[in-house]
Amino acid sequence: MTDTASRELPLQEIDEVIIRFAGDSGDGMQLTGDQFTSISAALGNDLSTLPEFPAEIRAPQGTLAGVSAFQVRISDFDITTPGDAPTVLVAMNPAALKAQLHNLAQGGALILNTDAFNDRNLEKAGYSSNPLDDGTLDDYRSYPVPMSQITRDAVAEHGVKPRDAERSKNFFALGLISWMYTRPVEPTLEFINTKFRGREQVINANTAAFKAGYNFGETAEIFEAHYEVKPAPLAPGEYTNVNGNTALAWGCVVAGQLARLPVFLGSYPITPASDILHEMSLKKNFGVRTFQAEDEIAAAASAVGAAFGGALAFTSTSGPGLALKGETLSLAVSLELPMVVLDIQRGGPSTGLPTKPEQADLMMAMYGRHSESPLPVVAPRSPADCFDIAIEASRIALKYRTPVIVLSDGYLANSSEPWLLPDVDELPDIGVDFATDFNGTNEDGDGIFLPYLRDPDTLARPWAIPGTPGLMHRVGGIEKEDGTGNISYEPENHQLMIDLRQAKVDGVDVPDVEVAGDAGADLAVLGWGSTWGAIDAAAGRLREAGFEVAHVHLRHLNPLPANLGDVLRRYRAVVCPEMNKGQLCDLVRAKYLIDVEHIGKIDGVPFTTGEVTAGVRKRLEELAGS
Amino acid sequence: MTDTSITPTTQPGDWASDQEVRWCPGCGDYSILTAMRMLMPSLGTEPHNTVFVSGIGCAARFPYYMNSYGVHGIHGRAPAIATGLAMARPDLDVWVIGGDGDMLSIGGNHLIHALRRNVKIKVLLFNNQIYGLTKGQFSPTSEIGKVTKSSPMGSLDAPFNPLAVALGAEASFVARTHDMDRQHMMDTFRRAHEHDGAAFVEVFQNCNVFNDGAFEGVTKKQNRDANLIPLTHGEPIRFGADGEFGVVDESGCARVVHTADVSTDELLTHDETKHDPSTAFMLARLARGPFEPTPVGVFRAVRRSEYAMASTRQLAAAQQKQGAADIAQLLRSRGTWYV
Repeated sequence: MTDTASRELPLQEIDEVIIRFAGDSGDGMQLTGDQFTSISAALGNDLSTLPEFPAEIRAPQGTLAGVSAFQVRISDFDITTPGDAPTVLVAMNPAALKAQLHNLAQGGALILNTDAFNDRNLEKAGYSSNPLDDGTLDDYRSYPVPMSQITRDAVAEHGVKPRDAERSKNFFALGLISWMYTRPVEPTLEFINTKFRGREQVINANTAAFKAGYNFGETAEIFEAHYEVKPAPLAPGEYTNVNGNTALAWGCVVAGQLARLPVFLGSYPITPASDILHEMSLKKNFGVRTFQAEDEIAAAASAVGAAFGGALAFTSTSGPGLALKGETLSLAVSLELPMVVLDIQRGGPSTGLPTKPEQADLMMAMYGRHSESPLPVVAPRSPADCFDIAIEASRIALKYRTPVIVLSDGYLANSSEPWLLPDVDELPDIGVDFATDFNGTNEDGDGIFLPYLRDPDTLARPWAIPGTPGLMHRVGGIEKEDGTGNISYEPENHQLMIDLRQAKVDGVDVPDVEVAGDAGADLAVLGWGSTWGAIDAAAGRLREAGFEVAHVHLRHLNPLPANLGDVLRRYRAVVCPEMNKGQLCDLVRAKYLIDVEHIGKIDGVPFTTGEVTAGVRKRLEELAGS
Repeated sequence: MTDTSITPTTQPGDWASDQEVRWCPGCGDYSILTAMRMLMPSLGTEPHNTVFVSGIGCAARFPYYMNSYGVHGIHGRAPAIATGLAMARPDLDVWVIGGDGDMLSIGGNHLIHALRRNVKIKVLLFNNQIYGLTKGQFSPTSEIGKVTKSSPMGSLDAPFNPLAVALGAEASFVARTHDMDRQHMMDTFRRAHEHDGAAFVEVFQNCNVFNDGAFEGVTKKQNRDANLIPLTHGEPIRFGADGEFGVVDESGCARVVHTADVSTDELLTHDETKHDPSTAFMLARLARGPFEPTPVGVFRAVRRSEYAMASTRQLAAAQQKQGAADIAQLLRSRGTWYV
């Protein structure tokens, strides 16, 4: 990499590192973090990421509101969370330092762009004195680096204007961190060439900045060592790095293939779900039709129309959008057509925290429609699980002819992990048959089509799509007569249809829940959705501390697994960490009369392992003392 | 206007479902239903390739009475449901039926967006200038000052002009007909059907219970000569029993004149294919309400790219560029590594 003789710095082997890159939202921190993640994935580390960005696209430069961060944890062992506290913080300006310092572990390393610590930026960040020399950073290992200046010098020879030159400083930081953690340089050089193809000057500038960062680490005499994180013992196979929204989008695309149906997505842009619309719009070669509707309601309504026409229909949204779709979902429940709603939950109420996660749409998914309007609800437990959950939701929707809600959240959406690619041939066949023939006779003995004659096992009605000769029929939101589907206001029929729609959803084939960890423990941690990683890691820590903990995690929320009540009753205590005020607790208490205890947190940040550990440990100690 | 090139494979009766029609006796909807059932055999389509989609309201019950596929949706959303259906199934003949409340109030947003996209759906707006199914409140097309249950001192709301709304939304096909003239309805619906894109047809429809006679000033037999202006493509616009009235363009405003007072070439010649919608807009606004000379027929019929087919072309182009669907390739598209 360099012409100068490199210093012989000791190479220390460490089992993990948690790095947080923080800067202005225009500084390219997400790109930097993503690329560091990619290199580490290719090296065979286990990893988990946590991007964090403001809702504003470009908040005023240098302010706390504009700080964008990307946390990545790499390890030589199996991990399920992006880590509680970073051990390395890269701060590109005073605001990034101020906003993020409290996250940094005691004694953690701070890599600071000292060029940005001028009076103006300090004032914007709200510092009355310079933290570089006022003792603020005494508890940490600080590495001051004049990143802007070195970057400017490095790119100068490529004829880049000084103002543009500084834009490459994120690649300087990436180069420096790549050196610190002995990442190879070639993948990043390749990445720069591909990413900025056709823009020679940008390629040259970023390449120069990246190399300058790498060389700085090697030659500047401020670092005591550099580090190596060996590959993790992951199951053998082919891996890719995937975040939840991408996995969900791919799952929807693949579900169409597995069902041999054209895929339709009706969607209205909304944070943090828009990337699903973007990703699926890139897959038109799979016959995927994406429709950017005029509003959330039209997005759902178009999916209903497409489903009536025989497509595997999706609509993607977040909480505010799910609220708007409620009436249309109620129609889909009444029409008994298959469709899948992807709700990427975010902080609320109202606009709330668009870029932050929450698990507080559970009750809305369950009951957020007028009257008795039951539908199945599922939730992925990790970024890669989003792929499987999309296929599972599609399977249920098709088999039972029902709308299904998938509850992901803003954490899973943007967080990534290595994903052992499935064997394509092992993916399930979720295809169903359209109705093509009469299924009844009238009083004259002539064949007729009964659109609401149900399959005796699944209670699903036949799906006869337009274009099928002889099976013309009308469906509508008005109550229908059982069998014929004709408008009916009969009291007995309405009771019957209410009961049938409920029985159909109650009868969805949901696998029994399995207990992870110590099945014979006194305490079980119940969880659903994205808390899986934190609960799993917390259970591990508690086990190391000598406690026994069972972990019961739900992917199916409606209906609940048939064995759930029996499983939970085995434990003296059941605690449930969720990012809401106790919604799953309430559901389980109401259904099983089991005293599930809530561990809550609604601050827009995913549970840390430490938080779950502390909450569960408190209860374990009470149990031990009683 | 009757197309003789198509040999009907169905009879009007084949298009009638077995459901009892439940509109109020005397409702204008009956004559629209009859016109539609009579028209269908001559269109060369089959009931199983035809879908009627509706929202909520009296008009929205229409699909139940046609022996085709049908979706009776929710209030206002029919154009959105139909858009999804037409995109997923460009092979189908998709009709959207709704009233003035359904399409211009709760569903106004969906209507304008469906029209601007030019997705191949045929939108028939049954305008009776009143809310019927909720028993008589003023609608977005009711005249200002209308006294109803919800406006006992007269409504304060200025009405929409449905054709002006459609033209403002860049609809590629805009027409008006009325429930007192079956042949005119059939001719207009046929033109809508033949149009390759979104077609919007306003149908003056009498609600004999809550707003009886709203359109009598123009649709009643004895008033038609004086107050209905038939639009014929390529012809000077004139009307009256003996063609004694005509329409001229007076500085961008349509105005009714006595033909005796002007020369024939001063009369506005109707050109439905004119891409600039200004003249159609001017004609749509000629009458302040259904009590003075009102144009009927096709106001605008222009060619624009049809949305569902454009979407299909993108799918084909993507296949050509990215190759056929390949799951294994998709899962590897962001780079992989082996452990």
